[in-house]
Amino acid sequence: MAIVLESLAKIVFMFLLIMGMVPALIWAERKGAAYIQDRTGPNRASIGGVRLAGLVHPIADVLKLVFKEDIAPTHRHRALYALAPWLVMTVAVSTYAVIPFGDYLTIAGKRIPLVVADLQVGLLYVLAVASLGTYGIVLAGWAANNKFTFLGGIRATAQMISYEINMGLAVMGLMLIFGSLRITDIVAGQGGMLFGWLPMWGVVLQPLGFVLFITSVYAETNRNPFDLPEGESEIVAGYHLEYSSLKFALFFMAEYCHMVVGAAMISALYFGGYQVPWLPRPMLEKHAGLLLLIVLVATIAASLLFAVLFMRRVARERGKFGDARDREPKLGAGFWFLVAAAAAGALALRPWEIGPAGAGVFASLFQVGAFVGKVVFFAWLFIWVRWTLPRFRYDQLMRLGWKVMLPLGLANLVVTALVLAAVGSGK
Amino acid sequence: MSFEGLSKESTDKRRTLLESIYLWEVVKGLAVTGRHLIHNIFHTGDMPTMQYPEEKRVYSERFRGRHRLMQREDGTPRCVACQMCSTYCPADCIHITAAESPDPAIEKYPAIFDIDLLRCVYCGLCEEACPCDAIRLDTGIYEIAADSREKFVVDKEFLLHNRTDGTR
Repeated sequence: MAIVLESLAKIVFMFLLIMGMVPALIWAERKGAAYIQDRTGPNRASIGGVRLAGLVHPIADVLKLVFKEDIAPTHRHRALYALAPWLVMTVAVSTYAVIPFGDYLTIAGKRIPLVVADLQVGLLYVLAVASLGTYGIVLAGWAANNKFTFLGGIRATAQMISYEINMGLAVMGLMLIFGSLRITDIVAGQGGMLFGWLPMWGVVLQPLGFVLFITSVYAETNRNPFDLPEGESEIVAGYHLEYSSLKFALFFMAEYCHMVVGAAMISALYFGGYQVPWLPRPMLEKHAGLLLLIVLVATIAASLLFAVLFMRRVARERGKFGDARDREPKLGAGFWFLVAAAAAGALALRPWEIGPAGAGVFASLFQVGAFVGKVVFFAWLFIWVRWTLPRFRYDQLMRLGWKVMLPLGLANLVVTALVLAAVGSGK
Repeated sequence: MSFEGLSKESTDKRRTLLESIYLWEVVKGLAVTGRHLIHNIFHTGDMPTMQYPEEKRVYSERFRGRHRLMQREDGTPRCVACQMCSTYCPADCIHITAAESPDPAIEKYPAIFDIDLLRCVYCGLCEEACPCDAIRLDTGIYEIAADSREKFVVDKEFLLHNRTDGTR
């Protein structure tokens, strides 16, 4: 019973993490794209005058999509047409089961590993499930019975075949080094130090493998510069052209879930997952009080800075709009003052005298925070790359996949194997 | 690789090794977009975007907006229903029905003077054709919206009082 509850709690945490990041990423996409292109971006939707710099827009988007009419083509394949968005979404979320978001958490003397399913064949599971996602796209393109969606599905197939191989080859280098397919082992193996000062992260051991892997992940998630299945300037909207309302919303959300999963994979396999560089677990537990103090003081400083920025807006924008939006700077300043006061109140509890049990929990949460921070960075990198690079042409995509990345991946694998054999450190 | 229709220089240009590796070029591109992002985060006021309903663009005095009919001192339209503007109009959007004027010094006046704002191309030729300076496009009004086509056909009374500041 306890193990069921434990797993359930972890699943809920993971699910909320992904589902919470999706609207945040949609916001980052729209606002980031706008700022990169010297535009203002979304800033209109508000709840009682509070606009949160456009963060209310995802809510408005979802409401709009929920209440829209679901228009479907007459000549569709009914069952597959309905199945495709769910397949895409389910696959996007289920990859998450094997990615560790923390080391372990000790509550009441019980050691809980912070991963939903610690599979022995975790890496194979990820590769297998990730390629299943393409079935959803192919089904969507085929079941809608439209030439453009069909072309999108065909492109997705070709892209998956070309880049799945490169992804596997890139990951095989890591398998050789860490001698395991279990992702928790790979992440734990990245906790050490190389030459005593360099974190032994996958990106340090396998720089070429990392480049190949991140490129394949971008291709697998169908994000720019590899978003050929969508290719809106060539094939209208690609595979999800004939979908509307909530079914379209599922495709849209699945894309962002794939991004979060891709970012989590990159950080777990190549950037040490939950490992904090130069601060291994024993150090974290030993200096928990000091670190907690630093975190609290940094929170106070940051929230006071935000509060001051809002106060400046209060003075500058008095009566600018003549409606509820005028309240926003005051509410924002109030919110950040409250956060600062809460952090200061936490200081009064003397957190530097934290006990060993508390130190353990703090160390776990700190590592989870490090993992989430890495995921957020790589998710942002997806967006940043999308608004920087143009889309590949189809022949360029195939040439890159087969004539550049495949030989490089093979060479990387051979060289890794030779070096490991020479050093004799392979397991 | 070369393509038909492209000039020889653009296809034959040899890439340097660094450029053909492509990754360094990606990093350079990310730096460019990153610079724009950071600059805009800290200088939101520099963006050329206008918050439209609150801020409005100031147009030149010569901007041709919605039409108006000029009035005489007594409030009657200056128009003498000579049909010059409707004849000259390239969009055929002015419809005038003339009637005999009660004033013995004036021959005719427009009983009906309709302009279809959806057909109008705002070229200003009616202004130039008018011998009495009775029609002008100098209101500066460019926010023309309605929820049916019929409402875009505006009549004489509307055009006579078509200035937001109430001047003649």
